[in-house]
Parts: sequence; C-alpha cells; structure tokens
Amino acid sequence: MRITTAHQSITFSRRMMVLGGAQAAVGGLLVGRMGWLAIAQNEKYQLLSESNRVQLIPVPPRRGWIIDRNGKPLAINRSSFRVDIIPQQLEKDRDIVPEIANLLALNDDDVERIRRELVDSRGFRPVSVADNVAYEQYAAVTVRLPDLPGVQATRGFSRYYPDGPAVAHLLGYVGTANAKEYEADNKNPLLIIPGFKIGKQGLEKVLEPYLRGVPGGQRVEITAKGKLVKELDPKPDRSGQTVQLTIDQGLQQYAARRMGDQSGALVAIDVASGDMLAFVSMPAFDPNSFSEGIGRTEWKALSTNDHIPLLNKVAQGLYPSGSTIKPAMALGFLKQGVDPKRRVVCNGGYQIGNRYFRCDDVHGAMDMRSAIERSCNTYFWATGLITDPEQTTEMVNNLGYGQDFDLPLPTQRFGTMPSPKWLQKKYHRSWQGYDSANTSIGQGYVLINPMQLAVMPARIAAGKLLQPRLLMAGKPKPAPEINVDPAHLAIVRDAMTAVVNERGTAVASKLPLDGIMMAGKTGTAQVFRLGERGHQGTWALRDHALFIAFAPADKPRYAIGCIIEHGGFGASAAAPIVRDSMTYLFDQQKALQTLEALEQQWGGTLAERNARQLQAFKAASQTPDPA
Amino acid sequence: MITSAIIPRPLARLPWRLIFLVTGIAGFGLIVLYSAAGGSMRPWALKQGIVFFGFLSIAVAMSWMRESTIKALAFPIYGVTLVMLIGVEMLGFVGKGAQRWLDLGPIRLQPSEFMKPAIVLTLARFYELVPASEIRNWRAIWPALALLGVPAFLILVQPDLGTCIMVMLCGVTVMFLAGLPWWLFAAPVGAVAVAAPIVYSMMHGYQRKRIDVFLNPESDPLGAGYHIAQSKIAIGSGGIWGKGFLHGSQSHLDYLPEGHTDFVFATMAEEWGLVGGVLLICAFAAVIRWGMRVSQSAKTRFAQLAAAGLSATVFFYVSINLMMVMGLAPVVGVPLPLVSFGGSAVMTVMLCLGLLMALERQQRTGSKLS
Repeated sequence: MRITTAHQSITFSRRMMVLGGAQAAVGGLLVGRMGWLAIAQNEKYQLLSESNRVQLIPVPPRRGWIIDRNGKPLAINRSSFRVDIIPQQLEKDRDIVPEIANLLALNDDDVERIRRELVDSRGFRPVSVADNVAYEQYAAVTVRLPDLPGVQATRGFSRYYPDGPAVAHLLGYVGTANAKEYEADNKNPLLIIPGFKIGKQGLEKVLEPYLRGVPGGQRVEITAKGKLVKELDPKPDRSGQTVQLTIDQGLQQYAARRMGDQSGALVAIDVASGDMLAFVSMPAFDPNSFSEGIGRTEWKALSTNDHIPLLNKVAQGLYPSGSTIKPAMALGFLKQGVDPKRRVVCNGGYQIGNRYFRCDDVHGAMDMRSAIERSCNTYFWATGLITDPEQTTEMVNNLGYGQDFDLPLPTQRFGTMPSPKWLQKKYHRSWQGYDSANTSIGQGYVLINPMQLAVMPARIAAGKLLQPRLLMAGKPKPAPEINVDPAHLAIVRDAMTAVVNERGTAVASKLPLDGIMMAGKTGTAQVFRLGERGHQGTWALRDHALFIAFAPADKPRYAIGCIIEHGGFGASAAAPIVRDSMTYLFDQQKALQTLEALEQQWGGTLAERNARQLQAFKAASQTPDPA
Repeated sequence: MITSAIIPRPLARLPWRLIFLVTGIAGFGLIVLYSAAGGSMRPWALKQGIVFFGFLSIAVAMSWMRESTIKALAFPIYGVTLVMLIGVEMLGFVGKGAQRWLDLGPIRLQPSEFMKPAIVLTLARFYELVPASEIRNWRAIWPALALLGVPAFLILVQPDLGTCIMVMLCGVTVMFLAGLPWWLFAAPVGAVAVAAPIVYSMMHGYQRKRIDVFLNPESDPLGAGYHIAQSKIAIGSGGIWGKGFLHGSQSHLDYLPEGHTDFVFATMAEEWGLVGGVLLICAFAAVIRWGMRVSQSAKTRFAQLAAAGLSATVFFYVSINLMMVMGLAPVVGVPLPLVSFGGSAVMTVMLCLGLLMALERQQRTGSKLS
C-alpha cells in the first residue's frame, strides 16, 4: 500500500491522541501518587518527619540510694567531676585532644579512645574525656575553659559505697553498659550517655528497675548534620527509688572486719522476722573501684587471689555442712520416736558393714543432749541406722539445708540434702548404711550455702519456718510453725546451749555478756579425705570451719551462720567470729574493743591492709619475670 | 491574545497566556527557593530570578524567528552540538575525569542540554524531507536512529543517565509521531526487557546503586536510598494543606538532600501540601497542552513534529522529575524545569518555549509569510 500525505496526517492526529492520552495518564498517575503520599500515608510520614526534626537528648536520672534497716546509707551518689568534649563546638583546624590530655594527665589509651569516639560521634552528643576527675585537675580545666572551645567540665554523680568491700558481694557494683546490655535493653539511648552506669552485680543488678529512675529529656531541634537549632520544652528526670534493705550496716561492717584476712561468709538473721541483718562474703573487691572502672593491676590481683575475692560465697559458695547438721538430725530422730535418753557408747568409732568410721574422740556413753554438746559422731551413726533416712532428710531439708530461698540475688546455688529417693534418681543406686552415716554428720553428698547455715538456727530458735528476706518493703509474711513437738525443740535448744556454755565444743566462745547466753553448734567439714584430716597442713587442704548459733538462748532474737574456708576446727575459727558478731548486736562497745585489739595484731584496719596488699602486688608485678 | 487599543500591536501579539503561566510557575519556584534558603533571597532565589527573566526575554525574542529560519538552522545546530559533545568527551579524557560542560570564559556550556531541542528539530526536519510514501521504508528509519543514537551514546558515557534518557525519549516521540510502523516501538520494549540485565551489568557503580535502591529503597535507608526516603517523608508529611510557608522542617533542617535542585518539588510539597503540588502539576499540564495545541494546528509537517517534540521535552522533564521525587522512578538527576535552582534546565525549557512561540506566531500570521 502506498502511503499518501493524507494518510500521513491521519496517522499524525491519531498518534497525537495516543501521546496526549499517555501524557494525561502520567499526569493522573502523579496526582494520584501524591494524593496517596499526602493523604493516605500522611500520618506515617508526619511521624517520620517529626522524628527527624526532634531529637531527645536524655538527661540521666540520679540512681536511687540503697539504705540499711536503720536508714544508714549503703550505696549513695557522690558528686564527681567529669570532662566531656562537644564535637560540634570544637574549633576547626585545632587539635584540642593533646592539650586536654596534658591538663588531665591522660595516658595514651585514653587519648586513642577519645580520638576514636570523636570520629564516630554525632555533633551534639558529648564525648567523654574523663570520669571522676580530681578536683585540682577539674579546676585546672575550668579556669582554661574560655580558651578551650568545645570542652565541657561538669559536676556529675558517681556511685559511692561507704563500706567498700564489706558490702561488695551484697550490693555488687555499677558500670557502663556493654554492647550486649545495650541490645538487651532495646537500645535504650540512656545507656550510651557518657558516665551513665547500670547495676552489674548483686542487688545493684537485680534492683536495677527500681534504682535507675526515669530519664529526663532535653528535646532539641537538630539538623541532619547534627547542628542544634533550638531547644524545646525539657522533660524533667525522676531519680531512682531508694531501696531499704533488712541489713544492719553496723553489723555488716563489723562482721566483714572481724573476719580479718580469712576467706569466709557470715549471715545473720533476725529470728522474729527472717530479716537478714548481715550478708558478708570476704575477702571482697572494692565496689568503688569497680564502679569507676577497675585498673588492670587491681583486677589481676583480685582474680589470682586464692581466697577468691570475686566469688560471692554467701550465694554461690557450697560447703559440706559438717556437724552443724546434728541439731536438725536430732529433731528428725525425735520425730521418729527415738528416746532422747537412749544411750550409745562411743568407743572412738563405729563399724558399718566392712568400714570402720572413726569418731573424733572416745566419748563413752552418750545420750542425745551430750552427743550434740560434745559432737559425738558415733551416736549419730548408730542412731541414723535405726531411723528412716528419708524422713530424717525431710526434717533437715525443712529446716533449710538444701533449700532455695526467694531472694533478690542474680544467682543462688542451693546445694543438696541427699535422701534415698534423691540418690536413686541422681546416681541410680540404693541408700546404704554408710550414706546414712555420712549424711548424719553433714558429709558425703551434703552441700549447703552460708544462707542456709543461718536459716537453720533461726528456724530452730523461732520454731517457725522463717523465710529470709533482704528488702524491707512490705511486712514479713507470717511464717508457719515447724511441724515439730515443742518439747523436742526444747531438747535440741538445750543441747545447743550446752555446746557453748557447759562442756561442749564451743565453750571458748561464750558471750562475754552478763545474762545473755548463746546457743550454737560447731562444724568441721572435710575438704580432703577422711583419715588425713589436715588441721595444720597446707591452707588449701585444711578443713572448713563452720558455726551456727542463736542468742539469747532462752529468748532467741538473732541467729548467725558462719563458715571460714580452711579454718580448721569450727570451734577455733568460726565460733569466735560468730561470738563477737553476736556480741555486737547486744553491746557494740565491747565488740568493737575486741575487734580493735585484733586489728592491731593483724596490722591495721581492713582498708589499710587491702591497700598494702595491692601495693605489694603492684610492686611484684612490676619486677621483671626472672624467667 | 490581548486586544486593546492602548497596547501596541507587537506586544498584544505575544502569547500572553503562556507567558503568564510560565512566569507564574517560575515565581512560585522563587518562593520555594526563598524558603529553601531559610527565608532568604540568597543564595538561590535572586540568582534564579535573574536567570529566568534573562531566558524569558530570549524566548520572547525568539518568537519572532521564522519557521524557515528554524528549519534552515536545524541541521547546523545539531552538527555544532554534536561536535561540542565530542569535545567535552575529549576534554574529559585529557583531564582524566568525567566532564559535562565546556568552559567558555564567563559561561559554562553544557552541550547535552542543547541536544534536547536540537534532536527534536533535526528529526522533525528529517521526517519532513522523507516523502510520505517512504515512511515505512528502512531508509526512513536508520538515519533517524543514527541521528539519535550517536549523541545519546555520547551523553550516556559522560555519564549523565538522566539527560541520555531525556534525549532518547524526545527523539523517539518525534519518530512515533512521524508515523513509523508500530512494531518498531513495540519491539524495543521487548528488547529492553532482554537487554536490561546486560545494560545493568555495564553501568557505573553509582548508577547501578541508584537502580538497586529504587527497586528496594529500604535496602539502604541511610545511603543511596536516603534521597528517596527523605523526599517521600517531605511530601507525605505535608498533607493536604502543607506545613506552611517557611515551616518545612525536612528542608530547613537539611534532612532533604538537594532540596533546592532535583528535589525542589518535595521542598514545595512539604510547605504547600497536596494543593500546591496539584496546582503546579496543572500549571505544567497547561503549558504542555498549549504546546500540543500548537502542534495540532500547525500547517507544515515540520511545525507539527517540532512543536509536538518540544512540548514532549517539557513533559518528560516534569514527569521524570516528579516520578523520581515521589519514588516512582530511580534517581537519575533530572531537575524540575523553572522551579529547580540551576540555569541549564531553565535555558533548555525556555529555548523550547521560544521555538514553540515562534511556531505559534507563524500559524497566526502564516498567510503573510509563506
């Protein structure tokens, strides 16, 4: 077909229609798209635009205090000085870092960190130069501020524990959040503010939701490049709550000091309420230096120490209970109808099957009272064999050994109180005579923590199933009575009084007070094999010393459990500490006199000795290795 | 046309409706640029105003050109522009870097801008020369493809993807209107579908990234997707009535990148809302419709094709820019004519409009001149 001019003009107008239609379609598409964005999705984009425009600079809240039962401070905030750099206000072409490093005597590591953070920072967010600056250095920076644009010297707050190591394992410490904690908290911007600390251990960690408070905010308009345009209405911050503990600060500190350089734990409980009055694990780190960020040398000194100052022995230390189990065993026997007057003759040991178990002494004829008083193993071996181990174990477990308590602790190891059923389940074997023998003197599978060591005498003293508690908030729950004949309890309490006050194993630890008697029970837990009892040998092979007590013996008010690792006899290492701590509860002056005399003998107070130790460690680590 | 005894005839003869429309669009643009600078005539609004009125005067002056002059100049202008494109390429090669302009003392010439009207005029002239009977012949196709392909390739390697696409679309529009067979336009669509992955693999890193991000803007919200994301936020947050003059936070706080050039529409929409946006789109539609009318009522084939092609140039400018700003097209760097800050787009559009005005004047006074 030949195409003519006429054809061509028809084609042209047809195609112009197509083109015009296409253009109109595109125009319609554009208007529709714009309507979609501006009307249907308006709300979404308005939110996005607003979150672009307004930035919230969080103002960190002040951390709540932790106080003791009498309102004495255990953890407070001390005003401290800090220096930051606001990158946006820095002068261009001027490197301020060396100047400030010189003023504050910073080391190369710090300088490198500051430079790195300056590169990564967004203009308005301050970069931390130094925390806890000494006042002289702070003053030196302050007077030069007009000459140091971009540098900011502020007074802030840092956590302070007046009692230092004495409360270390109870309270834990605070520190800057790490990447994991930041993620876990939904990237809470508060956590990355320079100088903001969160609870890292102990109660500081568990009570974080109460102690942290609510951050305030400075709402500001910020350009995309981080330049501050204007400040909008601020939101005030709310300080964290004050948390009151059942702890008695005086007793806590006293017990910690009284332990001297030994490794151990002591827990004291108010028999009326279950309130924990002391929660001491020694030796301990200084939470103040942990909260400021601990130095490498100090960390090394702590982590290589064989007394394990980094372990919370109260909540995580597990030990054989030794003879401290005996009062509870006796209650179990009584419940099963054993006559307390029944006598067992101790010839210095006992034959069970083909094994001969050796007692500590040749005690002669023993009834229940004298067996507890003199801690005769033979009596408990013999009586254990004629009673039902399942029922006996139940009694001991009921009184606290092997129990898990509802306490605000990050971790709690509660040990084992073995029974035939448990043994079958765990080790697939039946209960034997020697299992009864081991259990009845708190050896074998028996493992307890120091809290249980205090709960046990508290329950025997109160006759109630007291629940230990650490937080004052709310009234203590009324505890149910122990399912034991009061007459049986009287027998056991009487025997425990005899331990300290008559011819028992702890007569050396009578309370030096008129009219107040302490009842108790010693325990010596083997670390090493039976028969090679190393009271004198290497420290790490020596037996653990344990002591449980309550006082006054007739009207009990306080119960204490104490363990001294590798302390040897319970009577010689643990009982005196319990005696003095108990004395403190009744007569502080007298107890402090005893302590001061001891500390002079040891060579200074706890703080002085700690400082000396660290100094020695530093000196040792600086001398080059001979190898 | 204004008829009044008071206004002298040459002035009354000007297409005042178009001039009002264009001045209105540019005036609105100046208001937006004033706001984009944080409420200041500097650095953009004042400069842009001067440039606009300069080119408007040139366009009005061009309206007295005769069709025969335009026709005669079509091939020479194309030739000169092509030579300049090659020159830019050579300079870029010597200077070891991409270059898009020629430095001619006081002015910088961007030859690829001239190529947009030049390709339209050249193809219009070419198809005028092709006899109606030959239009479906291969000889009517390959010279046009060559005329279009060579400059498009030169611009692509500059690299300036946006302008390359514009030139291609303008040329193809003229070829389409000239009456080339349908399959010629349908086939390349299929070919593109096949060739797209190959072209993609040959693209520069930054071009490829822009396409990636267009297909999936969330893949890189703080990097290359940032432009589109922030632009959508600006338009969407404006709502129906906008946040008000000088109250656009996206542009004033610098969240919207290129808020005074390629993304000026987002700046506008944030403060003036859907109402301002629709008004601006309608104004552009009116300008394009005016150009299409010129084409429809043109008496010669050259005038028909040239007028339609020149209007299409304005159309492609506006639509590609708006699609890009609203997240319907990849970011290819096409400004919004008359509104975006920058002289070259104003120049191109005013050249197109000047030529259109000239063609329109011929229609009204045609009988006297031919």
